Amino acid sequence: MAMNTESRRVLRKLVKNPTAMLGIFLLIFFILVAIFAPVLAPPEPGKDPFKMLPAKTAEGKMIWSSNPIAPDRAHPFGVIGKYDVWYGVIWGTRSAFRIGLIVSIISSLIGIVVGSISAYFGGWIDEILMRITDMFMAIPFLVAAMIMTTILGKGLDKVTIALIIFGWMQVARLIRGNILQAKEEQYVLAAKALGIRDYSIIVKHLLPNTIFPVIVQISMRMGSLVITAASLSFLGVGAEIGYADWGTLLNYARNYMLQLDKSWFAVVYPGIAMVLFVLAWNLVGDALRDIFDPKMRA
Amino acid sequence: MVETGKTTVREEVLTVKNLVKYFPIRGGVFKTIVGWVQAVDDISFHVYRGETFGLVGESGCGKTTVAMTLMRLYNPTSGSAYFGGKDILNIHGNELRNLKKDIQMIFQDPYSSLNPRMRVKNIIAEGIKTHRLATSKQDLLDKVAEMMEKVGLSVDHMYRFPHEFSGGQRQRIGIARALAVEPQLILCDEPVSALDVSIQAQVVNLLKDLQNHFGLTYVFVAHDLAVIKHISDRIGVMYLGKMVEMTDKRNLFNHPMHPYTRALISAIPIPNPELKKNRTILVGDVPSPINPPSGCRFHTRCPIAQAICKEQEPLFEEKSMGHFVACHYAK
Repeated sequence: MAMNTESRRVLRKLVKNPTAMLGIFLLIFFILVAIFAPVLAPPEPGKDPFKMLPAKTAEGKMIWSSNPIAPDRAHPFGVIGKYDVWYGVIWGTRSAFRIGLIVSIISSLIGIVVGSISAYFGGWIDEILMRITDMFMAIPFLVAAMIMTTILGKGLDKVTIALIIFGWMQVARLIRGNILQAKEEQYVLAAKALGIRDYSIIVKHLLPNTIFPVIVQISMRMGSLVITAASLSFLGVGAEIGYADWGTLLNYARNYMLQLDKSWFAVVYPGIAMVLFVLAWNLVGDALRDIFDPKMRA
Repeated sequence: MVETGKTTVREEVLTVKNLVKYFPIRGGVFKTIVGWVQAVDDISFHVYRGETFGLVGESGCGKTTVAMTLMRLYNPTSGSAYFGGKDILNIHGNELRNLKKDIQMIFQDPYSSLNPRMRVKNIIAEGIKTHRLATSKQDLLDKVAEMMEKVGLSVDHMYRFPHEFSGGQRQRIGIARALAVEPQLILCDEPVSALDVSIQAQVVNLLKDLQNHFGLTYVFVAHDLAVIKHISDRIGVMYLGKMVEMTDKRNLFNHPMHPYTRALISAIPIPNPELKKNRTILVGDVPSPINPPSGCRFHTRCPIAQAICKEQEPLFEEKSMGHFVACHYAK
């Protein structure tokens, strides 16, 4: 049937595109790391695995000195600020997915609702919603997120809330533009002529024809959101102290910035994880855009 | 339809009175209204049950706006239209939704009028579901299949997507969608103008067959006089948002009274090179509906215009039995 030929076409395009495949493999790799985190870096039984505990030496003794310890057998990525970098990188993958997925999905949903109502009904509804959107856009994103986290308090959940509150506007604008264009199509007029309810017209007729650029944007934003969350953690307004998060690890490395020969591992390993994570989502986003772009269709 | 001596009382299924539709032009920082496009300006006509009323005119004369306004896809500026005892231009909410079971529309462009992400079955079924015309899932499926057969589509194609069909087939899907809610009146907005000439005849004949079968009434909007002549019983000619002439088909083609109608009819190509014909060729373009000419809107291009035409707007009057014309010098 037709949908199968459509999905087969999409699959064929994906397989033929080497960068897209690289992106997908990287993504699968990160998903596997996140799933097998308890195996790769076993947490203390009965404790919250996201709260990092001071690392232990090979003999099982607690490390009390904050001085960085270079990678060895017990700590393959080294120790920074008493915490095991390997553990932080592995469990940080879960934090990254959590932040990325929750923020991009919820903020996109808000954006889709605001944008489609704004575009479909138009007039003063559009005017009010878009001015509100403008107000949110007028505040620099990072500053806004920092202020929000200082008000709400520290913690990754607070960062998530701040990123959602200041992250829905682009999607709202995008979906509004697409629906403004699509609602002039005759099939929308035909649906109105049949007496179909506005909600159904938006959900069944408009969104299926306008949602794809949003999906591309969601995937592109997954990576950059993680960077933003990490920068907040790095600045000290993100995750709580000792939270398993890439930005937190970088925050510890900041104290030894001038002695990179002693602390390089604390910058390099979380850094590589972040770069690859962002790269993976961007490559997947690029591939999705190529597939959904009507001009690229053969 | 020439009614000589017969005293048949024909039921008016749709009566449009003084329909006006202006579109605002907004400009400036505060989007204030700086002008109006007078798309449809004070139009009255009536449609009898079971007939096809053709609405013809140049591009931009407002004929599609009339159809869209009657379908309530645009809100009218003023005027009234009576259908089944109700003024359909002044109803709202559920009453308006129910009206859309009785009046349907066939759209111009078979490519953009079907949702590319819906299967044919769902396109046709949507109206049936909305108006709760099916008693069960099986009944719904049967109704969709029946509609597809009626418009000459293979039932096997029920689960295909619109892009798998040709233009003519797509227009058949659009017709099936409109018919599925069992309407009485169908507004056809240039349903064949986007199709190949060979396909046009098929679709026009299909519309005629369906009209006989279901006892439908059509308002048929077109710019092609040949198509209009083929399908219509009565015809209204529009120029720049005004109705200039309205009568039955034979009268219109044999005794056109308005100079614009005469020019239109004389422009129909005759497939005979031997035959010479006195053509009335109109000069200039259609004036802008934003700032239409004073008096008779046609006076800027009219071959017989006099001083009065510039100042006084002619009334749309019944000059002979069932023959309405808006011209000071109509003969």
